[in-house]
Parts: sequence; structure tokens; C-alpha cells
Amino acid sequence: MRYAETGFNLEIDLARGSVEKVASDPRLTELHLGGLGTSVKMHWDRVSPETQAFDDGNMLIVSSGLLNGTPAYSANRTLCTFVSPQSGLLAYPMMGGFFGAELKYAGYDKIVLRNKSPKLVYIWVHNDKVEVRDAEHLKGKGALETQELIKAELRQPKAQVAAIGLAGENRVFTASIEQSRSSASRLGGGAVLGDKNVKAIAVRGTKDLYLARGEEFMKHMAEVTEYINFRNTNPIPDVMTILSGIGSPQEMKHTDEKWHTENFMWGNARTRRRDFWSKPNEENWTRTQLEAIQRLISCFNCPQQCGALVEAHDQGPRYMMKCFGKLTYSMAAYVDDLGFNFKILQRATEYGVDSFSTPQILAFAVELYEAGILTDKDFEGCPKDKEGRFIWLLDRVARREGIGDILADGVYYAARKIGNGAEEFDHNTIKKHEQLPLKLGMLDPIYYLMYSTNEKISITQIEGNFPQSAFPTREQREAFVKDWVQVPDERFKQYVLEWEPRGEKAIPYFPTPDMCSEIVDWMEMLHNVDDALGLCAGMASFCLKPPYHIHNYPKLISAATGMDMDEASLKKIVNRSRNLHRAFNNLRGMARADEKPPEDHWKRRFPELEQELLSTYYRFKGWNMNGVPTRERLMELDLGYVADELEKRGVLKVGEN
Amino acid sequence: MAKTKKTIKTIRVDADKCNGCRACEIICSAYHAEPKYSSVNPARSRIQVMSHRMKNIWLPVFAGENANAECMGRNVYVIDGKEYPECDFCRASCPSRDTFKEPDSGLPLKCDMCESDPPLDVPKCVEKCLNNVLIYEEREEEVEEEIRPEDIQVGLEALIDKYGVQKVLDTVSRMTASKRG
Ligand code: SF4
Ligand code: SF4
Ligand code: SF4
Repeated sequence: MRYAETGFNLEIDLARGSVEKVASDPRLTELHLGGLGTSVKMHWDRVSPETQAFDDGNMLIVSSGLLNGTPAYSANRTLCTFVSPQSGLLAYPMMGGFFGAELKYAGYDKIVLRNKSPKLVYIWVHNDKVEVRDAEHLKGKGALETQELIKAELRQPKAQVAAIGLAGENRVFTASIEQSRSSASRLGGGAVLGDKNVKAIAVRGTKDLYLARGEEFMKHMAEVTEYINFRNTNPIPDVMTILSGIGSPQEMKHTDEKWHTENFMWGNARTRRRDFWSKPNEENWTRTQLEAIQRLISCFNCPQQCGALVEAHDQGPRYMMKCFGKLTYSMAAYVDDLGFNFKILQRATEYGVDSFSTPQILAFAVELYEAGILTDKDFEGCPKDKEGRFIWLLDRVARREGIGDILADGVYYAARKIGNGAEEFDHNTIKKHEQLPLKLGMLDPIYYLMYSTNEKISITQIEGNFPQSAFPTREQREAFVKDWVQVPDERFKQYVLEWEPRGEKAIPYFPTPDMCSEIVDWMEMLHNVDDALGLCAGMASFCLKPPYHIHNYPKLISAATGMDMDEASLKKIVNRSRNLHRAFNNLRGMARADEKPPEDHWKRRFPELEQELLSTYYRFKGWNMNGVPTRERLMELDLGYVADELEKRGVLKVGEN
Repeated sequence: MAKTKKTIKTIRVDADKCNGCRACEIICSAYHAEPKYSSVNPARSRIQVMSHRMKNIWLPVFAGENANAECMGRNVYVIDGKEYPECDFCRASCPSRDTFKEPDSGLPLKCDMCESDPPLDVPKCVEKCLNNVLIYEEREEEVEEEIRPEDIQVGLEALIDKYGVQKVLDTVSRMTASKRG
């Protein structure tokens, strides 16, 4: 009997239309847990380093996490893994919503998609009955529209559907996979699904999922629940509102956007508007948001409500919104009216595009036009007003028409294709991927490492448990560390206590490179645990003082699965996954030279310190100076076969340590 | 006639606050698993959240009585401009749908208010709904202690009212004869 997981994966060969239910090896759960961990292992085993995103051999795995479907609050992440058309590396965007748990109740941990279907299809998983169904009638339909149409045609109101829109069908590199109020957005999963000719995956499950020691599991959950209630009534003082609570950023609840609008960059990550939050703008933004939100909604089994059903007055049909999609388009287009964002986001959601990257791509095109690099010919038929121009550009990108066909590959590739100086305007990508529009003053050593090195590539979900900046006063620091039960080691409290906003004990030299390595390692470890368990980072790795942490994960995993797990063994498992993931990417050529934030990311840069940071961190991780795991580290993690492969392919030198 | 106390148990459902998380479904199914908490399967839950998100409808409904036959006709309600699909408000496990039935055996499910010995403070779904959509209320009511006639007597009285004593007697004797026959 398997606990917490179903022990089965669904293998679908799209070229042949064949479906197979395959039992998974329980040993893999012991070595890699589930979710991201086991998916990375499957990619390692089955996808060669030569395979590109749109090759037949690029697998797309839609995976639940180990705790999805159990009574663990907020364990609802569905992970999509694939070689990204944008970065060329193994990407793993994930979505909240309802899919992963339903998949488990249908009797599967993962759906593995191989090859390509000759025609547009959707997949219908209903317990043991799995069908690959014709989807010609859904061609060009919106991502939300498709979900509703499929549920209606199957007469299954409780089915959960993950779907792509037109952008995915057209292999736009920023195409997302949308599901209910969530989406797996980053790095082009929608494009890979579209390339495989799969419009959607629908699932409905009515089977039992077992817990090894259910009563014990519920006891641990009672403590977690108590802490959730405590945190929901006790926001952390002395930090920004957005960081004070738990859950994903509470963008649907909070209307105060002074911080984002005045600290994040407008346009193509270009301009900071320090005086944006004026009375009229504040009124406009608050009114727009409050009028549009019909209801706050959550993901599966979560008490927080980070999403919303929205219907903007006179601005098109209802859709669901979450997080920073709320403001990214207005800011990228330099449109002060938030109503514009609510309007264009409806269109963007139906097209199914990432709302971080896409607005930047559009803003990049506008800059090129203003600089004369793109011309009237490229913009033929484009309205002159800022709003109209953005919508026009979005349409071109989603349809891959005209200039949109080039832009659809993202800023990095578009800049190189357009040439003529366009490369200069690509100033906010790391590993070819658009980053948050943040440009700050002083180099932040912790962020420097996270931006540069993480396999997730998009910064938004690497950070979390460690404060973003030093507290001004000693009293505030003491108050913060007093009930900081989440720290894996007491010394982290000391780092916070000593950390000053200015002076010797301030960034960029403090925390020191050694400390930064430990801090970053801690946060990555948490994210890797969450991504294996399918836990929402908003309730764990991505927030200050979260309900889930290194001291209670092992208890929950042990009670749910029956495997005995302590903190050390859990850390080892996720360290194994991380190193395997890194090695996978190293085989694809990723190396030290790629690990760097954009030049203008901070005004004040410290090249020597930065190199020292990187080297210190690599050493800490057990990697060589090129960012490749050493044989020694790999052997410790039972990954000798990985070292062999790295040596065989010349990525590691034989005998190097 | 003697008076006795009766406890009326109510769960108020503030459906406008429901965020569709289905925590109630999860815990109900886990609590009623054998042994307790050994498995989860929302399809076995005695509370089902009817969700039609694009219509802004999230409606938690509790399983009530089993219906052997489906209704002769159906109803569609429109409340506050929202049209609720057919049968959404209905608590019955009924041949027309899978709702409120054990997924494997098809046996009907019925909310038992988490009856247990010793009793819980509040039913499980109420406890796990951290959004206070489900509010448990108990109140005592004084009721007259009535001597309840047996079901069969109630049925027979209804038949006698409708057809008269003689017709009922004749029918019973004819049926008895043919059964014995
Ligand atoms: S915290 Fe928010 S994003 Fe995370 S699972 Fe809950 S509702 Fe979803
Ligand atoms: S637990 Fe509460 S908020 Fe969640 S679906 Fe049930 S009734 Fe709605
Ligand atoms: S009261 Fe108990 S039996 Fe009834 S729906 Fe809620 S959890 Fe289930």
C-alpha cells in the first residue's frame, strides 16, 4: 500500500495516442520525495542534453506534490516540468488551484506527456478511464473559456481543467498553463503543451488517498492550524504590509500600492516614479480594485484567499486574478489608470500568457519604437494611444503576427533577432528570462546570489524566510527574533540582530559571503521541500514566519507517508534533487558565466565582492568554481551516476574535486 | 402532556463568504474514513461545495435524505441575478446524479452532524472552515412529548382518508390472498 502518493503515473505517448498506467518505484519516493524531486529524476533519466524544447523528446510532466490531496492546508501546487524554450534549461513553473489534488483522487501522481499529437487534442482523466479527445472545436479558444467548455461538454462540474489559450497554441515563449484561479506561467510551459498539440487536461477523481498515520497527521495539522490563526491575527510589525502576513502576496485584499508603484520600475523595467502614489492615483486604484472584485477566492484546501473573481465594469467578461498581474500591465505601459490593467489582463488571461514577462516584452517593443529601431512599418495599424498600443501589441504576440512573431520569443531572443542596437534594451533578463522590474541602489548580497544561481530562475519564489532588509533599531530586531521558531539554526537570529541598515554591518558587506551562503541555502532548501510536497510557498518558503518550516515538515511527511524522516534526512533529499537539477542544467551548458544579474540591476556594483560571493556560495554547495557539483558532493548524495555522466560529457574533469 | 428538551443542531452557511477551498469536503471524508483519518476522498464527503466560479457561485450543501426516485420536475433558482443550476440546492442523494453517494458502492451519504461519543464541540467541517462560512449553533427547544404513531399507522391513515376504510380492507384481503395463494 502507498501512502500520501498513489504510486501510479499516467504515461501518454501523444504521437500514438497510447495511454499507460505505470506503477512508480517506491524507492524513488525515499530518494526524491515527490513533485519536483521525482520529476527532475525522470527528466534526468529520460531526456538527453541535446533535446530542445520543441523536440519530440521533450517530456512535459504535470505533477502533484507528495502532500497534495491530504488534509495539509495549502498543499495544492501542481508542477509542470519541461525543457524551456526560453532558457533551454529544466523549468518548473507551478500553479495553485485545484488540479494536483484532483489528479491524486483520480489515482495518479503525475501525467507524463511524450511526443506530439498529430492534431489538437485534450486529455480527459476520469479515474481509470483516460481518453485522448479531439479538440479541434477548441482551437483558438481562451484558456478560461476552454476550461468551462470542457466541463460543460463532459457534464462534469467538479472536473478540474488545465488549459492553454491561443498563445500556447502558437508556442509563444511566455505562454502559460491556466487552471482555475491559478497558472503555471514562467518559462513557457504553455508553449510546450501547445507544441505537443494538447489544448487541455481535464481530471476528475473519486478515489481514496491514504494516510499512513492519519490521527497523528491530524495532530500535527492542529498545531499548524493554530499557528495559521495566530499569524492571520498577528501581522508582523515593522515590515511592509505585503510582507506582514502569510499566504501569497495579498494583492487582492490590499489596495495600498505605494510601495510597488514607487519602488518597482515602470515601462521596460526603466523608470522609477517616486511620487506616483498621489491622492487621485490612490483613489483611482482603490476604487478600480474594490469595484472589480466580486469575491476573494482561494486554492484547494487553503484558508487564505489570494485570488479574486473580477469583473471590471464595462471591460469585458469575468476572469480570475491573483498576485502582481493586478498592476504589471499598467506599470509597463505607463498608464496611470488601474482600470486599463484590469481590462487587458482579461485578454491576457484568455490568451494564456505570463503576466510578468509579457508586459515587459510589450514595453520593450514600445521602447524600440520610440528609439527608432522598430519603425512605423512594424507598427502598421497600431493605435497611437498607450493603452491601444499595448492591446494591439498583445494581440500581435499571442497571434504571432508581424512584429509579434519576433516578440513572442521574449526580450532576449527578440533583441538579437531585431539587432540594430536592440540588444541594449535587453537589460532585465537572467538566463534569457525576464525578471521582476526592480532596479535598486546598493548591491544586495543575498539577492545577488538568489538571482544568479537558483534553478527556478525567476526570483519571486526563491526568497522568503529571511527579512528583505535590516531592521532600523535593535528593539525591532530583538522583537523579530524573539518568537522566530522557523530558523533551522539559532545563528540566523544573530545575523538579524547584527544586521544594520547602514555602516559596517550593512549591505553589501554584511551579511558576509559565508553568512549569505547559509541564508540562501536555507531559503532554497525550503523552496525545494515545498516544491516536492506541493505546498504553497506562500504558507512556507515564501513568507516571513510561515506555518510550515523545517521543524514540522518531517513530522507531517512521516505521518502521511509512513517513511521515517527527520530534518537531516529531509535536507539531504532536497539537496539531492537540487544537485540533480543543477547537473541536468550544467549538461545543457549552464555555467558560472550565466550566473549574473543584469548590469543595471543595482546602481552600485562591487565586481570583486560579487565574484567572492559566487565562489563562496559554490564552495558551500560543494560545486566547483564553474558552478558544477563535484564528484565528492554527488557521491555524498548517492548521485555517483550523475558524476559519471558529467565526466563522460566533459562537464566535470575526471579527478577534479 | 409532558414536556421534554430537544437539541436542535444547525449549521448556518454564509455562502457569500465561501472561497471554494473545499477544506470542508476533505475533512468530512477523512473524519468518516475507517479507521478515522486513514484516507481522504472529497467525493465521499457529506458536504459538497457546488462551484460555478464564473457565475460567482460557491454553495456548500449538506447531504440529506436519500431519494429513491428523482423528482418529476426540476427547479432553477435565480437569486440576486445569479442563476443556480438545476438541483444545486437539493440535499438528496438521488438516481439523477452522483452527488452524495459513495463513489464505489453508490450507497447514499447523509450528514450526521459528525455524531460521536463523546460528542465533538463543533462538527468537523465547521472546525476546518477557517473562513467562518460554516457556523455551528445549538439550541434547546421544549417539545411536547408526543406518542409517535408507528410509520405504518401513519401510512394507513392516509390511505383510509383517501379511499375509505372499506376499500383499504378489501385491497388488503385481496393482496393477502394472492400472496398466500
Ligand atoms: S496561500 Fe494563497 S496562493 Fe497559496 S494556496 Fe492559499 S490561496 Fe493559494
Ligand atoms: S471550508 Fe468553508 S470556505 Fe472552504 S469551501 Fe468549505 S465552506 Fe467554503
Ligand atoms: S457536519 Fe460532519 S458529517 Fe456533516 S458535512 Fe460536516 S463534517 Fe460532514
